Amino acid sequence: MKILTFFSLFSTFLSANSINVEENAGQFFSSGHTNNWAVLVCTSRFWFNYRHVANTLSVYRSVKRLGIPDSHIVLMLADDMACNHRNPKPATVFSHKNMELNVYGDDVEVDYRGYEVTVENFLRVLTGRLPPSTPRSKRLLSDDRSNILIYLTGHGGNGFLKFQDSEEISNVELADAFEQMWQKRRYNELLFIIDTCQGASMYERFYSPNLMALASSQVGEDSLSHQPDLAIGVHLMDRYTFYLLEFLEDIHPASKANMKDLFKVCPKSQCVSTPGHRTDLFLRDPGSALITDFFGSVRKVEITMETINLTDLIKEAEQNPMNEKPQKVTYSYVDQLPVSEIIHQKPKQKDWHPPDGFILGLWTLILLVFFKTYGIKHLKHIF
Amino acid sequence: MTKQYTASSRHTEHASPVGSQFAVLKSPQRGQLAALSIAAVVIMVGVPLWWRTTETYRAWLPVSQINELANMQLQLSADVEVVFARGTVTPEQQKKVPLTQTQDEEHTVDGDLIFKAVCDPMVTKYEDCKLIHADLSLHTLSESPCGSLVVYVIPESSSLLPEDMDVYIGQRRTALLRIGAQMRVGRTVEQLLAHLEPRIKQVLQVMSFSHTDITAALSDRVRLSPGNKESIADSMRAFKSSPGYEITFSLLNPDPKSHRLHWDIEGAVQTYIQPLLTKLAPVANFSLDSQTLYYAMLGVNPRFDSSSSAYTLNSDSLAHVINPVEARLGSNAASSNPVLNFLLYVPDAHHSPLYIHDNKKQEVPSNAFHSPRWGGIMVYNVNGFYRPEAVLPVDININMAKVMGVFLAQLRLLLGVQSSTAPPGFLMAPCGSTGLADWELDRLMWSRSVENVATATTTITSLAQLLDQIGNIVINDNIAEQVSSAVTSLQLAVAELEAGNLGFALQYSKEAIMASERAFFDPSLLHLLYFPDDQKFAIYIPLFLPMCVPILLSLLKIVSEARQKRREKQAKKD
Repeated sequence: MKILTFFSLFSTFLSANSINVEENAGQFFSSGHTNNWAVLVCTSRFWFNYRHVANTLSVYRSVKRLGIPDSHIVLMLADDMACNHRNPKPATVFSHKNMELNVYGDDVEVDYRGYEVTVENFLRVLTGRLPPSTPRSKRLLSDDRSNILIYLTGHGGNGFLKFQDSEEISNVELADAFEQMWQKRRYNELLFIIDTCQGASMYERFYSPNLMALASSQVGEDSLSHQPDLAIGVHLMDRYTFYLLEFLEDIHPASKANMKDLFKVCPKSQCVSTPGHRTDLFLRDPGSALITDFFGSVRKVEITMETINLTDLIKEAEQNPMNEKPQKVTYSYVDQLPVSEIIHQKPKQKDWHPPDGFILGLWTLILLVFFKTYGIKHLKHIF
Repeated sequence: MTKQYTASSRHTEHASPVGSQFAVLKSPQRGQLAALSIAAVVIMVGVPLWWRTTETYRAWLPVSQINELANMQLQLSADVEVVFARGTVTPEQQKKVPLTQTQDEEHTVDGDLIFKAVCDPMVTKYEDCKLIHADLSLHTLSESPCGSLVVYVIPESSSLLPEDMDVYIGQRRTALLRIGAQMRVGRTVEQLLAHLEPRIKQVLQVMSFSHTDITAALSDRVRLSPGNKESIADSMRAFKSSPGYEITFSLLNPDPKSHRLHWDIEGAVQTYIQPLLTKLAPVANFSLDSQTLYYAMLGVNPRFDSSSSAYTLNSDSLAHVINPVEARLGSNAASSNPVLNFLLYVPDAHHSPLYIHDNKKQEVPSNAFHSPRWGGIMVYNVNGFYRPEAVLPVDININMAKVMGVFLAQLRLLLGVQSSTAPPGFLMAPCGSTGLADWELDRLMWSRSVENVATATTTITSLAQLLDQIGNIVINDNIAEQVSSAVTSLQLAVAELEAGNLGFALQYSKEAIMASERAFFDPSLLHLLYFPDDQKFAIYIPLFLPMCVPILLSLLKIVSEARQKRREKQAKKD
């Protein structure tokens, strides 16, 4: 909170010195978006994939710091790190060695956790085809003026990304999902960042307009992790995301850094793999796209110039006649923990199996039929 | 032991008749018959069975009608009634004035003919209309249905309008047009009509629809070429057409120790906001709620301006106000409708009074600002209501009329009721107590109908294209039903727009959009099963190849044996 106030003071100081009306008006129209969304997905589970969760949570923290509220962030994590019994510091997820920065914190809001992080749910969130009972926090309610940031991390290969060790999403499916989003105008511009091995293969098949993609490594290369922490015992972050976060730490809500600076993050000397990017589908010049267009949520405002003169007085609500007593409606809560039912309930029905004696009897019958048919003399070969 | 022998002998007895019959055929012929029958079974029974069982169920979609919709042109008709007041036309001329006249205007966007505006100025009556002052009385003369207009042409000398104004646009669907000075003497009917035509067209553009409005509404289908900045700002500001909206009023009290705020929000909503929402009922459903947030600060520290001894927020820092607050505003978890937030911020005692300054460092009279597609914030200073030595906390009643006046104006802007500046010479009546004039409602309904029709068309055509491209998706019956009903509603909406029945057109367009959205976003349409061709081969080859190889080889053997036999027969003949 203090940092935000400091930054906003800083920005008001800067802008007080360089106010240019035309420039501000121009900025209003150059990006064409009015709201920001972020979809952050960590596709791994298990303790040794700690770094993927830390990656995603660090990006989540940056995005929140730069202004996108939780209601506009869809966070999909397996979320099995903080309370893992191998975690020496429970309820924390660190992203710096020596446990400097706890990215889990008190106010993380995970929308899809555990086994809900599946390819199906991810595609449903992107295309909007969710069942009607899905709550608002689990939906991507973007419109044609939304800029969306999509961040994926995990284990990947040439043309696919592995979800929770059991299924994969291919680059064709992802490209089709983005095309469906475009058909329904569910985004204005979309920034796709992927930090996996051979990440560049995932954006090869995109064909919808207004997409910009960044990947941590080219096809045939592996993305490497950054640093292990000896106390926790696993690697804490991946290199690309580590340097990406270092870059984002310098960005504040009024910053004017643009996408070209983002492309320079983590050169081969630091990252060992070669980060790649794709901008041919992006209609604007990447140099004119600000970092805060995607990572932050800078609202456009207009001063309200008109008011309506209202002269009617507020009508008083009519008094009830004194004869009628107000009806008392008694509300009752449903028993939250029906202990008696739990204690006395029958054991859960497992799947039906035929009774054990049945199988034994069946085999005995088969053997008897066999020996009746072919003679008892064969019995000695069995017993 | 005896049993055993009997069993085996019985076995052989049964075997012999069949075996003997079979033994009659020669061995190679037996093999050929077996191979041919197996091949026949595989081809005639197996292949169709496999095809049918691996087929996905796809209900029939009206694809040809959908393709027709994609190339459809919209025709919008507006009925305009022109009434000549006494003193504008002479009786002889009146007889010569044509009763109806259709004006067509074709509008192309990107070279494609997109819509035609058809206006029928019907000069029906030479009315003996008395010169009355109130616009409402004019309204009672002729009730005009939704979407139509009445233009009264009044003589040059009339005193209804002030000197420099030529057109007066009333609250209902009426306008007063002052005939020009050059038309006073010696004019023919043709000259009169030629003079009036462009002016009536201009009135129509203000009160009904204009080229820019419709192209903005069609921006879903047509890529909006960067027009003037105003039109882009308008399209970015207003919410997209949606079947429902949620409006939330929040009172932010950062300093409950000093101020105890009372606002009669229910009464204010009932008196001021509800009439507008009732009037907008054909356009969308609205749900309202309100809340009070304590200890909710603005994210920005205001600066103290010693010249006015007040705290100020300048326009650049306003952009950073909304984000910290938004995290604390709730929203209705059950619906996915867009939310409009209206916040009333009462500054804390240490930072009162707080004024908003615009770019030119002038105080903003309304002390409020709004954010496109989000809502509005108003700052309400209460330091004037109590003396500095009063006992804290003080009870303060908020003047809801002033607050709602600002919120109503912001609500109008956010819903797309354009407050475009009137062309020169036009005088607009102030909008009434509902906050919305009838013709403004008509304008909104025109653009919403067109927007709905465009969006529904795009949705349906892209859905048809998607289902065509991905052969694996199952199309259930309910989706086909929704698509058919969307197509029917779209056709009806287009027909009604052509006929000029705005109310029905909007209703059909709403039905079309709801059906098309329901069909497009049906949870069952998920293309999870993407099989690239090489994976399909990898699945089927281990199943079919071991079975097909013996059949193929035996068929080849049959063919080669038959050929050999024919050659032997030829050799025998020779």
